[in-house]
Amino acid sequence: MHELTLAESMIDIVERAAAQAEVSKVTRVRLSIGALAHVESDALLYCCEVVSRGGVAAGARFEVDRPPGRARCNACGQIFVLESLAMGCPNCVSHDLLVLDGEQMKVVEIGVA
Amino acid sequence: MCTTCGCGSDSVLIDGKTPQHDHEHPHSHSDHSHPHDHEHTHEHGLSHSHPHDHGHSHDHSHPHAHGPLDAAHAPETSPERILQIEQDLLAKNDGFARVNRELFAKKGIFALNFVSSPGSGKTTLLVETIKRWQGRGPVAVVEGDQQTSNDADRIRATGVPAVQINTGKGCHLDAHMVGHAVEHLQSANVLKDDSLLMIENVGNLVCPAAFDLGEAHKVAILSVTEGEDKPLKYPDMFRAADLMLLSKVDLLPYLDFDVDAAINYVRQIRPDIRVIRISTKSGAGFDEWLDWLQAGSSRAKAG
Repeated sequence: MHELTLAESMIDIVERAAAQAEVSKVTRVRLSIGALAHVESDALLYCCEVVSRGGVAAGARFEVDRPPGRARCNACGQIFVLESLAMGCPNCVSHDLLVLDGEQMKVVEIGVA
Repeated sequence: MCTTCGCGSDSVLIDGKTPQHDHEHPHSHSDHSHPHDHEHTHEHGLSHSHPHDHGHSHDHSHPHAHGPLDAAHAPETSPERILQIEQDLLAKNDGFARVNRELFAKKGIFALNFVSSPGSGKTTLLVETIKRWQGRGPVAVVEGDQQTSNDADRIRATGVPAVQINTGKGCHLDAHMVGHAVEHLQSANVLKDDSLLMIENVGNLVCPAAFDLGEAHKVAILSVTEGEDKPLKYPDMFRAADLMLLSKVDLLPYLDFDVDAAINYVRQIRPDIRVIRISTKSGAGFDEWLDWLQAGSSRAKAG
């Protein structure tokens, strides 16, 4: 259940940002969690709600974007959507891949009032 | 609880005690020596960042509202304002990992993070490795488990210093816990320069993958009593590892485990992973394993 740890990091980032901006209410938090990141969206959303209770982001709406994985094949140069880490290059079946996108886990923006 | 970093707020214990903060230890949260990239995010939508290393410890952003741009909006429009943040959820852990890694580099320590399912034989492997490493250099061990100090006790019985982290309900070690464990070893004056530092993570093939502890390598252990397709089922962990130890190979005659299939599967996930077949019972593979350790330890000493 490392989603809880990630949610704690999220609330830390959000509360610091809110304090810096001197706002009293966070209404919305948008997260970007790459499709390849080892995170369950529903579990993360639940944990976000739990860790926000009683703070500046209590009751905020949490949104999780899941940008797809992308990789470049080191053997043939093909760039393609990487649906899972176990997948090979659709062009030449090589597994020697450079993951270009889809592993990020970040807070993108917050809505404040 | 440490109000600077929030640690101690949960049930993490180091050798049965809540981590103490005098804020004078090497990774203390008040000496402001963690290098952190931080971004200044401004609310005027340009979303530019200023990545720079500061000698002090901020990992927060500075969202500023800019008067002239705000003033361009009619006050009746939506009261919600958007602050661009763009901060990595693992940034804090990665900052602590960087501090650990710098300490290891300074002291010539070769640190390894052992990851596997529960029951793959991590602790037995560590005990047997320690016995065979005798005379090659100092060793220290950090043990991670949710509960009990059984594993650290088993390591200490070999005469090697060990510190037990109990994560409570936590499913993985993080760099902050390991930093405290390393301080604990240092304050007892048992973490020697040029040590081999073996960190045994919580038995779990999912969560520890994401958390850098500052180690030189993750070492994944797959025992032949498990399924050979585990690397496909839990790809994150095997992708993060530089070495896979295929353990308990003395049991192969009694099992249907397909070694070639297991190696093919792990190489689908991580084509360049090194694989060593090993048994603590027969001693098979230990020469190769100790050579690998020796080479890494020599590199760490040489800096």
